Formats: sequence, structure tokens, C-alpha cells
Amino acid sequence: MKKSNSILNLALVAGLSFSLLACGNSKSTDHNDDNTEHDHSGIDHAAEHKMPDGSVMEMSENKSISQLIDQYLAIKNALVQDDSKAAASAGQKLAEEASSIDVNTFEVSKQPEIKEILEVVKEHGEHIAKSEMVHQREHFEGMAKDFMDILAITGTDRTLYQQYCPMYNKNKGGYWLSDSQEIKNPLFGSKMLTCGSVKETISMK
Amino acid sequence: MWFGERNHFNEMKKWLKLSLWIVLIVLVGIQFVPVQRNEIKPVTNADFIEHYESPIVIGNIIRASCYDCHSNQTKYPWYSNVQPIGFLLQNHISEGNSELNLSEFGLLSNRMKRTKLKSILSQIDNDKMPMPSYLFLHSEAKLDSLKKTLLVSYFDSILVDIDR
Repeated sequence: MKKSNSILNLALVAGLSFSLLACGNSKSTDHNDDNTEHDHSGIDHAAEHKMPDGSVMEMSENKSISQLIDQYLAIKNALVQDDSKAAASAGQKLAEEASSIDVNTFEVSKQPEIKEILEVVKEHGEHIAKSEMVHQREHFEGMAKDFMDILAITGTDRTLYQQYCPMYNKNKGGYWLSDSQEIKNPLFGSKMLTCGSVKETISMK
Repeated sequence: MWFGERNHFNEMKKWLKLSLWIVLIVLVGIQFVPVQRNEIKPVTNADFIEHYESPIVIGNIIRASCYDCHSNQTKYPWYSNVQPIGFLLQNHISEGNSELNLSEFGLLSNRMKRTKLKSILSQIDNDKMPMPSYLFLHSEAKLDSLKKTLLVSYFDSILVDIDR
């Protein structure tokens, strides 16, 4: 009797730990949500920069976009050096940065587009954070257009160069942004470090 | 000496029996742990195939090869009721759905649609999807070279349409 009791107990404990595991999973996702909400503390900060007439100081927007550009360039530099790990951690930061930016600090008419761009940038960042290098490069290349688009709206805090390598993706070509005119190809890395040319210069307004 | 060995043998037998019982009871026990399932929702206009009015042939391929993990229309196999297989399956399905849910594709922004389509294309093109572990039990989901070409050119055409 005693033995069957202890067995029953064991089964109960096993069952419980399984259900706890399941709960743990759902909790961890909740936690992530909390985190993003937490990141919104930056909102209040940015809101302080609002002018009395409701318009927003350029500085506050550019600060957040600055950090976005920083992380983009960090991914680029990592991929130039074939450093998948560094690219992943910069990708993670990029995703965090993208979700922490408060869209409300931008001009109302531009908000929907900025919101969409940031969602996509976050998506790319998350994939770069968890993928192998080929996949990281795909997402990095995919982001170039989104960055061009957001910079066209927000402006940039530094001169950037849109660069192009015609050989990427089975000769379909691929773009990236760099803060230096010199070509260091992040789409191929050491395999073809100098393939590419500057297509466009994005300068500060 | 002989007596001691026998005692030892009996002891081992006892433990073996006990551990087999434990394994059995745990296996039976986990059958009762509820698994959250992918809710099967009615097909809406946001559904990829509806949204783009995909040709029937294409729609059938997409449904057979993608929809179990990338839509709200999962067809659960009987063994999904057997644990722990069901847990593992559900894990895969939830993960797949969070990456891409074709049942809600129409709700995405054009920019996000473009991003997702590019990923879809590269995954199919590089034979990363459907996953080999899935194809092991779902031979009907396999994309032979004809189906692959069809899908790639179809997704490509949608991508071009969005860019336009």
C-alpha cells in the first residue's frame, strides 16, 4: 500500500512538473512582452523633448534613429568579418532598439510608415539574432531598403553610403549601407571583400 | 557468497521493476496534461490563398505543404494525441505559426508581406522548408522540383505585384 502510494506521488510530481514546464513557457513569452513595455520607458523621456506647441525637437528623434543606425552598422561590420556571433548579438540589440522607439515622437503623417518600417526592422533583427550566417546576410540585405526608407523620412546623423554588389543572391544583386566610402562587402565577407560600388550618398540635411 | 549474489540479484530486479513502473506511470500520467492546440479558425479574407485568389493547383500545394504549421488550419495527426509526441508537435506548430501565419497574411503591411515573401522564397529555394522532419511523416507535403518551381515563380509574381 505504502509502495503504491509513493508511486502515485511520483506520478503526480511528474505530471505537475510537466504542467509547470508548460506554464513556464507561456510565462516566458509574457515576460518578453513585459520587457518591450518596459522599454517604452524611453517614451516618457522622448516626450519631454516635445515643444510647447506640440512639435517635436529633431534631436530626440535622431537620438533613437542614431542608435538604430549604430546597430545596423555593427551587424554590417560583423558580417564583413564573417563573425556570425557578433552579428547575432547586434541583431538582438537592433530588434530591441526598433521596438523601443516611440513612433509618436514623429510627425503624425509619417507615423504609419515609420511604424511599419520599425516592425520589419525588428523582424530582421530577430532573425539575424538566431540564424546562421547565410540567413543573417539575407536578412541584413533585406533591411537595406527599409533603412533607406526610414532615413529618407527621419534624416541621418552621419553621412552614409548605399553600396551595391551585383553578384549577391545568384547575381540578382544586393545592397547595404556603410559609414565609409571604402567597399568592405558584408554580403560575402572575406570571400569577396571588395566587390561592390557606392550607389548613393545619404548625407545630413 | 552465493547467497549474497542472489540477494544482490533480487535487489536489482526489485529496482528494475520499480523503475519500469515509474516510467509507465509517468507515460500514462502525461497523457492527462492538457496541450494547448492551434485553434482551428474559419478561413477569412486575410488567408493567403483567399487574399491572392491563388489558382487551385497552387492553393492545394500550399495547403498540403505549409498549412499544418503556418496557418490556423492545422490538420492534427492521430499521434498528436499521444504524449510526449503531442508536446513536441505543438512546439513546432506554435513556432512555425509565430514566424509565419498564412491565415493572417492579408493583415500584414506591404512592407512586412515583402519581407515574409522573401523569406518564404529563400526557404523553399534552399530546401529548408518543408522541414525534413515533417516530410518524414508527410510525404504528400514534399515539394518535388515541379512543385518547387511552381511555388517559387508564384511567390515571386506576388512579390513583384506588391512592389509595383
